[in-house]
Amino acid sequence: MMIVRLALQSLLNRWVTAVLTVLAIAMSVMLLLGVEKVRTGARESFADTISGTDLIVGARSGSLNLLLYSVFRIGNATNNVTWKSYQDIASMPEVAWIVPLSLGDSHHGFRVLGTNADYFTHYKFRHGQSMSFASGGPFKDLFDAVIGSDVAQQLGYKVGDKIIVAHGVGSISFVEHADKPFRVAGILAKTGTPIDRTVHVSLEAIEAIHIDWQNGAPVPGESVSADQVRKMDLTPRAITAAMVGLKSKLATFKVQRRINDYQEEPLSAIMPGVALQELWGLVGTAETALSVVSAMVVATALLGMVTMILTTLNERRREMAILRSVGATPATVLGLLAAEGGLLTLAGVVVGTVGLYAGLWLAQPYIDRTYGLSLAIDPLRPDEWVKLASIVGAGFLAGLLPALRAYRLSLADGMMVRI
Amino acid sequence: MNELVAASAMTQREGVRPLDAVSFADVHYTWPGPSPFTLTIESFELQRGEKLLLLGPSGSGKSTFLSLLAGIVVPDRGRIEVAGLDMAKLSGAARDRFRVDHFGIIFQMFNLLPYASLIDNVLLPLRFSTKRRERALREGPIEDVAKRLLSALDLDSTVIAESRASSLSVGQQQRVAAARALIGAPKIIVADEPTSALDRNTEGAFLKLLFSQSEEVSASVIMVSHDEGLAPHFDRTVRLQDIALSKRGALS
Repeated sequence: MMIVRLALQSLLNRWVTAVLTVLAIAMSVMLLLGVEKVRTGARESFADTISGTDLIVGARSGSLNLLLYSVFRIGNATNNVTWKSYQDIASMPEVAWIVPLSLGDSHHGFRVLGTNADYFTHYKFRHGQSMSFASGGPFKDLFDAVIGSDVAQQLGYKVGDKIIVAHGVGSISFVEHADKPFRVAGILAKTGTPIDRTVHVSLEAIEAIHIDWQNGAPVPGESVSADQVRKMDLTPRAITAAMVGLKSKLATFKVQRRINDYQEEPLSAIMPGVALQELWGLVGTAETALSVVSAMVVATALLGMVTMILTTLNERRREMAILRSVGATPATVLGLLAAEGGLLTLAGVVVGTVGLYAGLWLAQPYIDRTYGLSLAIDPLRPDEWVKLASIVGAGFLAGLLPALRAYRLSLADGMMVRI
Repeated sequence: MNELVAASAMTQREGVRPLDAVSFADVHYTWPGPSPFTLTIESFELQRGEKLLLLGPSGSGKSTFLSLLAGIVVPDRGRIEVAGLDMAKLSGAARDRFRVDHFGIIFQMFNLLPYASLIDNVLLPLRFSTKRRERALREGPIEDVAKRLLSALDLDSTVIAESRASSLSVGQQQRVAAARALIGAPKIIVADEPTSALDRNTEGAFLKLLFSQSEEVSASVIMVSHDEGLAPHFDRTVRLQDIALSKRGALS
């Protein structure tokens, strides 16, 4: 017992280096566990980008492409879906609801999405959460727009501001729909999904701003004013994609097959959950890289500890000689130092774990608000326990390295060290 | 079998020369390494209860002599007996135990664990030696024994109560080291120039206190030094060069 107490007192005597070592290990453990938490949080947030939608329908293409442009607003559709196809799908008996999506325009780099008011009620994210308005409400007038929170924040918009939509999706556009400005009718609350970066307008408005255009440019001398356009038929000829909700999940494969086999035009229907999994499989490589990096940080911290013990070893030769002179065997000396490495690592692991949970608890609301990333404060999972245990084990082993050196020194020096 | 033979030989020897605490016979030892140092000691004896001063300039092999005596190293040839036992016959760990059972060791300086209390420093050997622990326990609780020993070595109770060894003067530290060497009554006190950092007055006082306590438990004291002026304090003075042959450099 006294030997354990002496080991602790010896550590206490070098408390500055000991505390720094413990902190370094604690930080690395925090990083390791933190990366794990963020990884899980990101994966869950990602998988929950869209929920409640059973199928996404677009022109025939790969499922990833369709998912990317319809949900993440990345890339472009290969083709459009005709209004007739849309109506045919809408009238299928299994279909509970359908929301059209029309893409192709932008506003200062943010995509403009043409849709209808159902979008706001049917688009669900993160465990079936619905969108809510931070201010204003859904569009009432033809030229009303509802903007995501990032759009509002980055461009400094508030309800009532006028915005002009540009043709095409580049961040700088030379062709604008300047003759038909929109009014910001509502601003959505932060969701942590691509909705935050989207300008929503009605499907009719998309039709209206393109009514006097042909081949991607306004037709000279044929401009139609904003007032004139209100009296015209604004039924769209085509849309980009559609979100479909079914009455019964059991019908998903049947409806999917029927849409894929649709005779009038080549279409694709994808299940968003499956496509998201597929996409995460691609993005997931980065996640592995993160884990590797954090494991390397832990290894670095342990190396730091070994260095610390090794550097103090010289000043501690005296201590070893005293212990040897009062009968401590080299094995005792070996045990003392190995225990020291293990003890430091254990302390680091405990401090790091507690620190991580404290940090999570403090930062979670902020991270959720700012990045729309929900980090779960769960107890440690079995694999995390295994990780932590192996770090402590590695600490013991790493402590053996200087211990073996001390063992050799204490044999060679005997008790005749003169300092 | 061998052990039995050795044991009976041991008792015989004890019977023949009961007064020897330590005896060296034809001891030959070479420090390994690129510049080997060889020490040969034909014969050397330390009597029980004897106070012996071993004189020798630095580099004459005093450290090697002490290493051999305390069983830190084992001679290549010859016999070293301590309390009638040939230490070369013991395993490493057993030698460590034997050392703490029979020797109290005082270094030149930095004898104490700076972070431990005085009492803990004094009690250290008792943690490793059951023999010495039992002997100490006969006099009472070991903490009290340590305190009594410290005050017998002229350390007052306020100093003893101080929690850390690092706050003591060198003279006080050496007296604590003496208490550690003496506790549990080992038969041989080995001191490696324990007074070299002390002035003449403190030195004399230290030796007086050390001897009065060693006499109480009838322990032998062997002290190495280069200072001939210490000779009057001792029963016998031996020059290392008279008993040992040392050679430096590669063997031919």
